[in-house]
Order: sequence, then C-alpha cells, then structure tokens
Amino acid sequence: MDFLTILQILDSSVRLAVPLLLACLAGLYSERAGIFDIGLEGKMLAAAFASAAIAYVSGSVWIGLLAGIAASMALSIVHGLASITFRGNQLISGVAINFLAAGLTVVVAQNWFKQGGRTPTLEGPARFSEITLPFADALSGIPVLGPLYAEVISGHTIIAYVAFLFVPLTWWILFRTRFGLRLRAVGENPAAVDTAGISVIWLRYSAILICGVLCGLAGAYLATALQAGFTKDMSAGRGFIALAALIFAKWRPVPALYATLLFGFLAAVATRFQTINIGTFRVPVAFTESLPYILTVVILAGFVGKAIPPRAGGAPYVKER
Amino acid sequence: MTLMQKFLGAAAGIALSAGAALAEPAIIFDLGGKFDKSFNEAAFNGATRWAEETGESFREIELQSDAQREQALRRFAEAGSNPIVMAGFAFATALGEVAGDYPDTSFVIIDMVVDAPNVRSVVFNEHEGSYLVGYMAAQASKNNTVGFIGGMDIPLIRKFACGYAQGAKAANPDTKVIANMTGTTPAAWNDPVKGGELTRAQISQGADVVYAAAGGTGVGVLQTAADEGILSIGVDSNQNYLHPGKVLTSMTKRVDNAVYNAFKDGPGLETGFNVMGLANDGVGYAMDDNNASLVSGEMEATVEAIKAKIVGGEISVHDYTSDESCPALSF
Repeated sequence: MDFLTILQILDSSVRLAVPLLLACLAGLYSERAGIFDIGLEGKMLAAAFASAAIAYVSGSVWIGLLAGIAASMALSIVHGLASITFRGNQLISGVAINFLAAGLTVVVAQNWFKQGGRTPTLEGPARFSEITLPFADALSGIPVLGPLYAEVISGHTIIAYVAFLFVPLTWWILFRTRFGLRLRAVGENPAAVDTAGISVIWLRYSAILICGVLCGLAGAYLATALQAGFTKDMSAGRGFIALAALIFAKWRPVPALYATLLFGFLAAVATRFQTINIGTFRVPVAFTESLPYILTVVILAGFVGKAIPPRAGGAPYVKER
Repeated sequence: MTLMQKFLGAAAGIALSAGAALAEPAIIFDLGGKFDKSFNEAAFNGATRWAEETGESFREIELQSDAQREQALRRFAEAGSNPIVMAGFAFATALGEVAGDYPDTSFVIIDMVVDAPNVRSVVFNEHEGSYLVGYMAAQASKNNTVGFIGGMDIPLIRKFACGYAQGAKAANPDTKVIANMTGTTPAAWNDPVKGGELTRAQISQGADVVYAAAGGTGVGVLQTAADEGILSIGVDSNQNYLHPGKVLTSMTKRVDNAVYNAFKDGPGLETGFNVMGLANDGVGYAMDDNNASLVSGEMEATVEAIKAKIVGGEISVHDYTSDESCPALSF
C-alpha cells in the first residue's frame, strides 16, 4: 500500500466521518440533557430532503441549508413535546420520528417533484462545492505533510469544517460555561437543578433544539454536499451508527471526534478494499463493515472501561409538588 | 375465539367479493421502490403501458420490508388478482410457499426460477448485455481500467459483474476490472452516498468508466462519475438522460416487456421458463441523443458485430449463476 492510497483512504474517512460526527454531537447535547434521542436518523433524513428540495426550488444552497435545519428542528420540537412536555417515552417518540421522516419525505417528494420520491439533481450554486484551503497547492511539494494538507485537510465542503469546529466549541460550551454545567446537571439530577431555581424544561428544550440544528447540518451535508439531491432513505442507518459512536465516546465531545473518525476510517477501508488478506486469512468486507457495531458491543460489555450514560437519561422529569 | 373467526370470515368475505368484481392483474414491487429509475421503475413502466393500451387497471403494492412478501402475495391472491407479477429475485421463497395454495392463480416472478405448475419464471441474460457494455467500457477507457459497482452482494449482481469483466477483457486483454459491492443487506440498494464514495475509490485506482448495477445507489455512482469527469454506465432502464454526455450507455433490461407480456397474456398465461436475452431484445445497450457523442460509429459497429456473434452462438458468455464462479474476475 503506497502513500497515495493511504491519503485517499484518509480523505474518504473524513468525508464519511462528517455526517456521523454532526449526528453524534447532536445526540451528545440531547442525551447529556437527559433526553435519549434515537430519532437522529429521522431528523437527518428530513433535513436531507428539505435542504435538497428548497435548494432546488430557490437555487441557493444556503437557503436549502436553513430549510434543512428548520425541518430537523421541527422534528426536534415534536420529540420535545412528546417526551418533555407530555412526559412520554423518549424511545417510542424517537422511533416514531424515524418512521415519520422515512415515510413523509418520500410522499412529499413524490407529490412535489413527481420523480419517484427523490428531488431533481442539484447543480451549481444549489450545491456546496469543495473548498481548497489557502496554500494547498503551494505546500503540496513538501514531503508527507504537504500532500497530507492538500489531499486530506483541504478540499472539503464548508459543512465539514464547521463540523470539526463544533468539537472544541461543544467541549467549551459543556465544560466551561454556565449553560453547559446546567445542561450536564439536568441530565444527571434534574431535581437538583430545579431546586436551584433553573427551569429543567427550558434547558432540555434548548438541548434538543441544538440537537436539531446539528442533525440539520448532517442531513444537508448528505444531500447537498456529498450528493446532489435527496433519494429515499439516503441516510442509510448513519444516525444509528452515530448513536453507537456516542456510546463509544462515552458521551464526551473530543472522544466523539475520534470515534466518528475511526468509524469513518473503517467505512473507507471497507469501501476501498473488498477483501483484506492477512497472511493466508481472508477478511471479508462484511466484517470490516460490522466492526463499528462489534466495537460498540465490546465497549458496552465493559471490556474497555465503563460507558455510563447520563443518570437521568430516558426519564421524564416530574416536578415535585 | 369466535369473535376472531367472525372477523376473519368477514375479512375473507370482503376480499372474495372484491376479487370477484375486479380480477385485475397485480404487481408487487421490491424494496428499491417503484421509482428507483431502474429495475422497479421499468416494471412499473411495463404495467403502465399495458394499462394505457387496454384502458384497464392493475393493482400494485410497494413493499416496505421483507416480512411483507408473503402477506402481499396472499392478499392479492385472496382478492382474486390474476396474474400476479413479482419484480425481484427475493420473492422466490415466499412464492414457493404461496404458489401451491392458489393453483388457479398464475404467478410471474422476474429474475428467479420457482418450479411450480402455475408460475412463469422470467430470467434475463444480464451477462450478455453486461458483456456488451463491458466491451464498450474497455474501448472508451483511456487508462485501461474500468470499474463495476454492484448493489447487494448476491449471485445475480455477480452475474452482471462477471459478464461485464468478460466483455472488457475481450475488447482489451490488458484491461483491469475493479469490482465493488455496496453491501450485504437490502439497504445497499438505497445508499447513494456510499455509491459515490465507492466511485471515488475506484477513480483513485485509475478507473475512468464505471458501471453501476445497484438500484438507487447507482444514482450516486452516476452523479459522482459526472462530477469527477469520468464516464458511467447505467443499468436496467435507459439512464443516459440523467447526465447527458457523461453516461456512456445503459445496459437495458426490458423488465417492462416482461411485465407487459405477462399482463397481456392474462390469467391463462403460459407458465414455465422464460428466457429474455440478446436474441429477443430482452437485454441490450441504450443509444440515444444523450450519448451519441460518446459512442463513435466504429465503436457501435464493433459492438453490433459482437452482439451478432453472441446471438449466433460464436461467443459464449459465461453465466456466473451457472457454477458460482467467474473466469474473468475474482470476488
């Protein structure tokens, strides 16, 4: 395996990791505030559809992006109403959102564009284009680091860079601001937060709204940056892999970056090599593809440290009378 | 218990009365969905053409999960639909269960063989059509490297890949064929993002023509190929129009004709084995205004000559499904 192949695999890893990273951080905000969210998949899908549809109609990808975020936030509010305001079961609400998004996107797309549940192909300004970072060409002459910068770090879309910026930002918000402290507290012990005179309801709603924004970015990335339009079920289980990554990262932002990059890397390797030969042993591609799930099970089983979810997660908060 | 029986009785009664009144043909689409721009859409087009020509109507259902196959079949059979056409290999097990229970209903399964007296099994010689587009791909390739991207890893898709590789190697023995499958679950038919990523991976290995036999995933393959400035080959339906001037050709599989014929033959259709190949235009390659500039007259003439040789039996294309192996490609 030569250096160029490694660079191409790393480049592909970054592209595949971005939607996972965004969805993983989205889940992180929500679950740290005590709201389990298995509706990440559905929100991504809804955002992918809304961003592609509006980008096509308006001709501007930025308006599309806003529409995608709005669609994802709308589903977040549905989740919030069901699980925060009406104290319903968070898992059931999440499942419902996944079903709702999977069905509704196709029905609306078919009715709107008559192209069989997909949006027309996006062109030109209706898509995010790849950005070449400054000096990428000039520096590519430097051995090892130059091509690494030009191939792997440069040449992604704006959403990819925003996604990576969200990692330190999330760390700062969660661990260095008052809002973050309260957000984490509301996921561990909402009664204590309530006693301190801070609204549990408001905190949880703001957490799921942030979750909506991030899922919206992830969905828009799929439909308007990686691809040029929405197709049925195009999120293809990435929301669930993001949840696995969240457990893998033990609900912390920086490990979330590493976990999603690892999962992206595994997907990229599976994409590049159908079979890997280790000595005389042949590793089938299905094994590489299932590694993220196997690793998550290993983590959950407690072999590599313990993954403890936020303590108040999954339970609706009932104010003491 | 009695209440349950009443319900069942009532349901059956409604179903029977509805069936007696209608007795229209039915079609069941596979998980890729009716408008996948490919296999299922071709089936739908065939059914629509029949409906437009005869002015009659047909019943249809799009499956959402594997578990619905037998249920959908039984529902249509109970309702008196005849014939019932299934678009997809995956119905074989369900049909094997159901066919015996409804001896008076004719079933048509596409892409698979089910041995029952009331079943017509339509199979296509995809390896022959793929051989032709593989031949064209190798002619059009400048790097002597062509790619293949399959959907779900099943023998049928390997049959496409194998024919393609044989054609490419026949045109130029030095041609390198890179073959990838999108996945091993039905989700592999609907993952354009992964299709695009596979295309990029093949481009980085030197491929400058890629052939997608991957249902909805193929849309992503064709898109990425167009973005990166290489040629692609569509499948099942004529997909040349998706990116004019960037799709070399499409391997057409006339699923629409299979459905149309079945509907036209009606309830008493001839059952048994039905092979659609190059000879009876069951498979072929698509030429239209969108790819006229890509395929030179010389190229087309060569391919026509090859086609005649296959039809005449001078060239025999190996069928992967006959012995689960491929001489031109290792999986």
